Amino acid sequence: MKRHLISAGDLSRDDALLILDTAEELARVSERSIKKLPTLRGRTVVNLFFEDSTRTRISFEAAAKRLSADVINFSAKGSSVSKGESLKDTALTLEAMGADAVVIRHAASGAPHRLATWVRGSVVNAGDGTHEHPTQALLDAFSMRRRLGRLEGLKVAIVGDVLHSRVARSNVLLLGTLGAEVTLVAPPTLLPVAVETWPCQVSYDLDAVLPKSDVVMMLRVQLERMNAAYFPSAREYSRRYGLDRARFGRLHDDAIVMHPGPMNRGMEISAEVADSPRSTITEQVANGVTVRMAVLYLLLGGSEPAIGTSAADPAVQTVPGGEL
Amino acid sequence: MSDARNQARAVLEGPDIHRALTRIAHEILERTKGAESVVLLGIPTRGATLARRLAERIAQFEGVKVPVGAIDITMYRDDLRLRPARPLGRTELPAEGVDGRTVVLVDDVLFSGRTVRAALDALNDVGRPRAVQLATLVDRGHRELPIRADYVGKNLPTAKAEKVKVYLQETDGRDAVLLIKEDAR
Repeated sequence: MKRHLISAGDLSRDDALLILDTAEELARVSERSIKKLPTLRGRTVVNLFFEDSTRTRISFEAAAKRLSADVINFSAKGSSVSKGESLKDTALTLEAMGADAVVIRHAASGAPHRLATWVRGSVVNAGDGTHEHPTQALLDAFSMRRRLGRLEGLKVAIVGDVLHSRVARSNVLLLGTLGAEVTLVAPPTLLPVAVETWPCQVSYDLDAVLPKSDVVMMLRVQLERMNAAYFPSAREYSRRYGLDRARFGRLHDDAIVMHPGPMNRGMEISAEVADSPRSTITEQVANGVTVRMAVLYLLLGGSEPAIGTSAADPAVQTVPGGEL
Repeated sequence: MSDARNQARAVLEGPDIHRALTRIAHEILERTKGAESVVLLGIPTRGATLARRLAERIAQFEGVKVPVGAIDITMYRDDLRLRPARPLGRTELPAEGVDGRTVVLVDDVLFSGRTVRAALDALNDVGRPRAVQLATLVDRGHRELPIRADYVGKNLPTAKAEKVKVYLQETDGRDAVLLIKEDAR
């Protein structure tokens, strides 16, 4: 039984397209005055955030509330976690409260996968360490398809700190599944080990990649993780890998610029480019709610989920999901 | 599939459907005094097709352009938890909206009435119509809720175990209503 969304790589092409098409219909709901649907009435979604995040948590909260689910927000600060409670004990507490879905953000890669073996409800990965952030990749794909009308054959450049980016990994996996051609652009120090095994191209030269790209996705330079001198100076990084007006001019006329946020304006992207009409940055936020509604609906909206992966632990698998 | 086909009997053919829709279009015009402030909303997928056909006929007969759209009811169903999550149909509301208008809901088959109940809920979230009416190509009986149709193409007595399948040119390549008997294997 499929019931979790942990990696973008677990989604088949049909799963991914079902999510995008469902989101397309749900986007119409966001345009009307009553934005609420009764679909998940009586279901409980827990937002379990061990790492700071405003936009993703609010986005999931809005998505769940628009589907009439009850939302419980749990952040590590001020909780029993700061008293030393383990992930497992926290999970069992949530289990006892009857969570139908747990949306988890954790600093450790693999935490959602582990959690999935302990709880009965669906687990949705909202970012784990430097591993994955599948709903971000889905909303990026959704935003590209809305702007450019297709994903098949689209040339996407993902630029910047790929090493620490869960967004990059999830996007490479999902866009590969959906038939887009991805090129990662970064200084060699900011590329992960074994990147050559990923289903994408790799380049160190942004200027050579730009003219051929339909989509340029700028990644945030994660200043909080920049303690190992990955590049000589912020200024030099910005010179070689920042998207400024001159580089923006080299893109073809229909190309779009994306950024998962939060931005370091003036570092990886200039304010001018970020605010241009060809930037989808604010659309991405709005689309995030819609896509997360689609994911929650497809996981919780029926007797069993329509998308996602099987639980890792067969003992848990035999327990019907979402039934209380 | 081929087994089921063998058990299927066509109760309406293309020309019958054509005549039924023509009559319903006339009835709508008659009862709403020339389709004034009427909005036709079909329930996807085949109800939406039927709504468009009705709008075409009304335009043909009296030259009135009736706003036509579709309203998906999936998210409002009462049996969502009985089956895996289903894909959504398309909701397309005409620019005029539904506030203060007479909405005619259009569906292909009226059976338990649960779809119409869901449609009424969905409608409630998009506006406040002055009145709501219901048009259906086939009424097969077995209502489980206090709901009735205002316009009926054909009343079709059925057994509960039988299935009624509507085929339309636009989606299925032909016009027909089939009554499918369950195989007594």
